[in-house]
Amino acid sequence: MALVLTEEQSMLRDSARGLISDKAPVSHLRSLRDSRDPAGFSKELWHSFAEMGFAGLLVPEEFGGSGLGFMEAGIVMEEIGRTLMPSPFLATSVVAASALNRGGNAAQKSEYLPKVSNGSLLATLAIDEGAKHRPLQTSLQAVRAGNGFKLSGAKALVVDGHVADLFIIAARTAGAAGEREGLTLFLVNPKAKGVSIERTIMVDAHNAARIELANVEVNADSVLGEVDQGAALLDGVLDIGRGAVAAEMVGLSEEVFNRTVEYLKNRKQFGKLIGEFQALQHRAAELYVDIEITRAATMKALQALDTDVAKAASSVAVAKARAGTTATRAVQEGVQMHGGMGMTDQFDIGFFMKRARVCEELFGDASYHTEQLARARGY
Amino acid sequence: MSETEDVDLEQFRNETRAWLESNCPPEMRKPATSDADVFWGGRNTKFASEPQRIWFERMRDKGWTVPDWPKEYGGGGLSAAEHKVLRAEMGRIGARPPLSSFGIWMLGPALLKYGNEAQKKEHLPKIAAGLIRWCQGYSEPNAGSDLASLQTRAESDGDDFVITGSKIWTSYANYADWIFCLVRTDSAAKKHDGISFILFDMNSKGVTTKPILLISGYSPFCETFFDGVRVPKSHVVGTVNRGWDVAKYLLQHERAMISGMGERGVGRPLGQIAADSVGSDAQGKLDDSMLRGRIASFDVDEAALAACAERAVDLAKAGQAHPAFSSAMKYYGTELNKRRYEILMSAGGVDALEWESERSRQGARPRAWLRTKANSIEGGTTEVMLGIVAKRILDLPGA
Ligand SMILES: Cc1cc2nc3c(=O)[nH]c(=O)nc-3n(C[C@H](O)[C@H](O)[C@H](O)COP(=O)(O)OP(=O)(O)OC[C@H]3O[C@@H](n4cnc5c(N)ncnc54)[C@H](O)[C@@H]3O)c2cc1C
Ligand SMILES: Cc1cc2nc3c(=O)[nH]c(=O)nc-3n(C[C@H](O)[C@H](O)[C@H](O)COP(=O)(O)OP(=O)(O)OC[C@H]3O[C@@H](n4cnc5c(N)ncnc54)[C@H](O)[C@@H]3O)c2cc1C
Repeated sequence: MALVLTEEQSMLRDSARGLISDKAPVSHLRSLRDSRDPAGFSKELWHSFAEMGFAGLLVPEEFGGSGLGFMEAGIVMEEIGRTLMPSPFLATSVVAASALNRGGNAAQKSEYLPKVSNGSLLATLAIDEGAKHRPLQTSLQAVRAGNGFKLSGAKALVVDGHVADLFIIAARTAGAAGEREGLTLFLVNPKAKGVSIERTIMVDAHNAARIELANVEVNADSVLGEVDQGAALLDGVLDIGRGAVAAEMVGLSEEVFNRTVEYLKNRKQFGKLIGEFQALQHRAAELYVDIEITRAATMKALQALDTDVAKAASSVAVAKARAGTTATRAVQEGVQMHGGMGMTDQFDIGFFMKRARVCEELFGDASYHTEQLARARGY
Repeated sequence: MSETEDVDLEQFRNETRAWLESNCPPEMRKPATSDADVFWGGRNTKFASEPQRIWFERMRDKGWTVPDWPKEYGGGGLSAAEHKVLRAEMGRIGARPPLSSFGIWMLGPALLKYGNEAQKKEHLPKIAAGLIRWCQGYSEPNAGSDLASLQTRAESDGDDFVITGSKIWTSYANYADWIFCLVRTDSAAKKHDGISFILFDMNSKGVTTKPILLISGYSPFCETFFDGVRVPKSHVVGTVNRGWDVAKYLLQHERAMISGMGERGVGRPLGQIAADSVGSDAQGKLDDSMLRGRIASFDVDEAALAACAERAVDLAKAGQAHPAFSSAMKYYGTELNKRRYEILMSAGGVDALEWESERSRQGARPRAWLRTKANSIEGGTTEVMLGIVAKRILDLPGA
């Protein structure tokens, strides 16, 4: 498969870019933040997303979706990254939709997927418990009770957790923290008795929550996939999420880079455009190369996911690790090359730095994925 | 060093240690974690706590807010060797600086070198006693890295200058009592030759400030406007039109100070802070091999930089320092401090992303992290520092 966009993919990019840059430039995020918007995203825009077929982009056509692939999801994520638009797209349309589609039985799919496609259901995966992303460390307990289970424990960084209509919760039904065996995914209604949700206001002004479960009762039908065998499903779903976040970070990096190069062409000091100073030229050129390499690695990962999710892990680790270091570098150079201006809230560049930091933690940072690659290669 | 000097210094060390032990309140032996923990002095200042007041007053009474300034100006009159001992002893118990101010770090050294007797007598004791808080009026919208192109005008009018123009990024201008300011007194001269260094009260008619919000969500600096501000000519430090010499000398002190900024504030070793949130394996190794490597190489560089900072002070006191060396230190120290906070953010993971919660102390860590991004901009950017090293130390052509 060529690592260039097809005609259809280019059209998809253009329509996503058109909508997002028109309706949700960075000022959109700023006003949601400044008005302390209770949802933290625009419902109206989410409806437009659904109407354009983005909400159900990954959902098979039989469930009302567009039946497209991860490359296409990455294209939308990249455009989201350019303007930092807060959107349920990642949590609902990419991660949760993939979990439901890959792990769900016929009843679960036909109950939830059409609602994902028409934008009426927001869903999210709750995975991290500690400060760092360590899926196998899951220790939220699910114990058998009657015909079902009782869930107790806590999750952090649950993306869109304060607005979700459905939680997909990774829990431990057997084994100890650190083990692959004994993980199970559960579908949990956020309104169920014993669930408490605390919206966390994050550095990037995007949406997340901490949730706590105290003896939350769910029935046996709430299991997504197989009991105790959730790790494989989870691996695939997380890799899909990682590929998508890497794509967001490519968009974010490129946008910061473009803005910075623009500034180098306009700001004058010492009677010259600062872009005339070779010290800055070379750093801009290096950053360009860095972003191009990361973009290629990300496309490669998304293609690998489209080919076979179960075999994409190494490509995804490369992409997410690279995206982390590239985005970190891009935002740091962006602030530095804007001088004092880059440090002001009034200027947009800081928003990119903040979002990049959160994306870096989401589904594993560069350290995590570098370590995963080393393990996969047997050293 | 002669033997008697050695003995005297040992005695000084013992006395200082004992004095600090009984006079530094325990609360003041913890790193300052927010700006409120820092005592800045000034006309409108308030102490954040009783221990902060006690600590400040005791140190002030010994002249140890400015230990190496002459006693006649409110200082402690310590020799270089004694000052080093005091710093080491304060470091040993983690004592906070009793008073932080631009007066101590920047203006004081410049006045000691370039001020006339009347100016020293007027201003230095008030800095030492924390009575007057100063701000720095250097940068302008179009004069940042190219500071010497500044346009704020000072027109001669009898015994006064009348100042008109605007400054930007003036840290704490809205809290400061006085400003040390660069103004153009000769617009016909070459850009470095028409600048004067002048002092005035921020309450003067025609001065206004407008806070600028930082990406950290705080507002520590301002736009500062001068509309016909009348200042007596006697407030010029050094010679009229030779202000650039004073400005540069002051910058050397500012840069040395910014270079060491990261030494304050964190307290525990980074690896231990990381272990709290990341965890350790059975052998006690941080449970993230890449992060562990990053922290260890940070620790190596930090320890080496500390040695270099100590040596820089010793070289300066011995008269052997290159005057531009503070630029090398400023570059390395600030880049290192940015690295420290990148590590702290990685170590904190999800917990370090919260911006408003009680649990996160209103996002103390991410806000501090964002603030460090200015370290390589304020006081002259990293690029400008490296340019100075290339030009003034390496003598490279065209640099
Ligand atoms: C192993 C090897 C094989 C080679 N094979 C061939 C060959 O087959 N055919 C052939 O024609 N040549 C060949 N070369 C020569 C090669 O192209 C030159 O060495 C190269 O172009 C650099 O020129 P120079 O050696 O004169 O160095 P200089 O141009 O003098 O450069 C010295 C240093 O200054 C730097 N520099 C120069 N200009 C700038 C600038 N504007 N900005 C910043 N830095 C600058 C350079 O990067 C370098 O670090 C070979 C060289 C090597 C080392
Ligand atoms: C938090 C903070 C506090 C500050 N406090 C004060 C204060 O109290 N008083 C005060 O007067 N000022 C203060 N400043 C201002 C500070 O000194 C300037 O921001 C700084 O000198 C850079 O100027 P600038 O912002 O105009 O950036 P510019 O000079 O426009 O620089 C933009 C970019 O171009 C680069 N660049 C410029 N020239 C060159 C060159 N020749 N070669 C290579 N790269 C170059 C810079 O390094 C930077 O990356 C503060 C700044 C900050 C961020």
